Amino acid sequence: MRDWAELEETCRKIRRDILVMLAEAGSGHPGGSLSAVEILVALYWNILRDNPVEPEWEDRDYFVLSKGHACPVLYAVLAARGYFDRNELWTLRKLDSMLQGHPHRIDTPGVEFSTGSLGQGLGLASGVAMAMKRLGKPNQVYCLMGDGEQNEGSIWEAGMTAAHYDLDNLCGVVDRNYLMIDGNTEDVMALDPLDEKWRAFGWNVIKVDGNDLKQMTYAYERALLEKGRPTMIIAGTVKGRGVSYMENLAGWHGKAPAKGEQVQQALTDLGFQAPWEEYKEHKFDWVA
Amino acid sequence: MPGVCKEAKLVKDTESPEKVPGRDGYGHGLLKVCENDRRVVVCEADLADSTRSGWVRDKYPDRFFDFGISEQDMVAQAGGMARAGLVPFVSTFGIFITGRAWDQLRTSICYGELNVKFGASHCGISVGPDGATHQTLEDVPLTRVLPNMTVVVPCDAVEVEKAVVWAAGHVGPVYIRFGRAAEAVITTEETPFEVGRTEVFRDGDDVSLVACGSMVYESFLAAEELSAEGVEARVINCHTIKPLDVDTLETAARECGAIVTAEEGQVYGGLGGAVAEVLSQRCPVPMRIVGVPDVFGESGAPGELLAKYGLTAGNIAAKARELL
Repeated sequence: MRDWAELEETCRKIRRDILVMLAEAGSGHPGGSLSAVEILVALYWNILRDNPVEPEWEDRDYFVLSKGHACPVLYAVLAARGYFDRNELWTLRKLDSMLQGHPHRIDTPGVEFSTGSLGQGLGLASGVAMAMKRLGKPNQVYCLMGDGEQNEGSIWEAGMTAAHYDLDNLCGVVDRNYLMIDGNTEDVMALDPLDEKWRAFGWNVIKVDGNDLKQMTYAYERALLEKGRPTMIIAGTVKGRGVSYMENLAGWHGKAPAKGEQVQQALTDLGFQAPWEEYKEHKFDWVA
Repeated sequence: MPGVCKEAKLVKDTESPEKVPGRDGYGHGLLKVCENDRRVVVCEADLADSTRSGWVRDKYPDRFFDFGISEQDMVAQAGGMARAGLVPFVSTFGIFITGRAWDQLRTSICYGELNVKFGASHCGISVGPDGATHQTLEDVPLTRVLPNMTVVVPCDAVEVEKAVVWAAGHVGPVYIRFGRAAEAVITTEETPFEVGRTEVFRDGDDVSLVACGSMVYESFLAAEELSAEGVEARVINCHTIKPLDVDTLETAARECGAIVTAEEGQVYGGLGGAVAEVLSQRCPVPMRIVGVPDVFGESGAPGELLAKYGLTAGNIAAKARELL
């Protein structure tokens, strides 16, 4: 039986770690990291076959963070799962850190590809899925993209390929928070009807509340049952979810919360009371 | 031909050699590596017959993947396949790998250190009647500037095949460029070939002709022309642009005192640029760079185009004379 209450609590702690990590780093991308927390927690805690102490395990499922700028949520999840020491989180973006500003597979266990240049992740993920088919292996491949990222033509090329090659071992997720750097996606470069577009490209499409752990989990499980075509989960989310002054605002795409009062307020919103720096000194489960 | 190095084990008749397209060497190489290495797969972007990747499609259909006309996707997909343990050979025209898919090449493949090989066909001006849009002249500058990339420009079809075999066994991105037109085959199976090492094909101390690809044979003819005037030119087959064999080049500079480079590509940033960078720092000598002079190509027969744009033995010899 899944303990949904505990998983909600995990999401709360992941959000905390994202904020502390970014405040310490002084730069980075809070909005799109916070919107994707349930997407990753549902996947890593309920669905993904992996082995934190053997990241290259040949029977593992693959996760590709195509929206690489959201790496704070990935790093927080990987640390919580035991891929590397929690203390590394506080070195994000600093010189010689194993946690680069955008994911780098050479430096960080659990990172499959060096993403950050938008539009490449779905092709990379699809390539893994094609290899799994060729090798007759049952490994599943997951790819999280942004919605602004859907502007990139290379994504649609990968979409065509995955449908053409019947890659039912591939599941994409669009973090549909309706915001990009220059504003609302529909004002900058309209995407809707996004679900119809993916359906037209031959994918099985599921629309859910992307900040709902149960809905995300059921969506992933439904994707596993789909035969003959890949699945795209359009996850409706709130950019900056959990932080009162960030939610649904474009300005928090790439601006880290400032050390001190600003990050402290964010932690208060999440229900954390201790001075923000103290969270660096304690384990993941410390919730003061 | 007099002066040819015995160690190079070149064909007996370098006067009128057989002519084979470089892309045929690619096709033969692909068949060989598919046969010997179960990890190898071949990726294509709707040009299977042109690049000869179609030979794999016909013989090993389960090793062949066509992505249609989407080169950015093909490069990314190959990256994913490599991550999963396959050894993909990406085939298309040079301009589409290095032009259209350059971001994927740079960030996913080279920065991400993914084990993908690139067979870039239809490089150089000898593509012919298709014209400038398809004549890849910029690919060597675009690839050699990427960290973790190996860049090979084999001198003939036999050498292309060797490069493909080498690439399959090497861990890391490899870019191999070759042409569409039938070109002189001067090497044999026994000719030494080691990526990262240049070969001296002809001895001479008056000037060094450092060439790659189809221009190696032209340099031979230039050397013959110069020899009749009492000038003995060293001919160097510089097939690996990256990593450059700096020692052989420095030796050539010291011993000859003059260098002419020749390539079927732009004069800026290719083999000429690479050699100039190295020698200006180690052993500056007067140089001339033979290539396409910062213009786009055009439609024409391969031979006509090579002549019009100065990619000929005559021009190489003329440039050498300027240095003497």
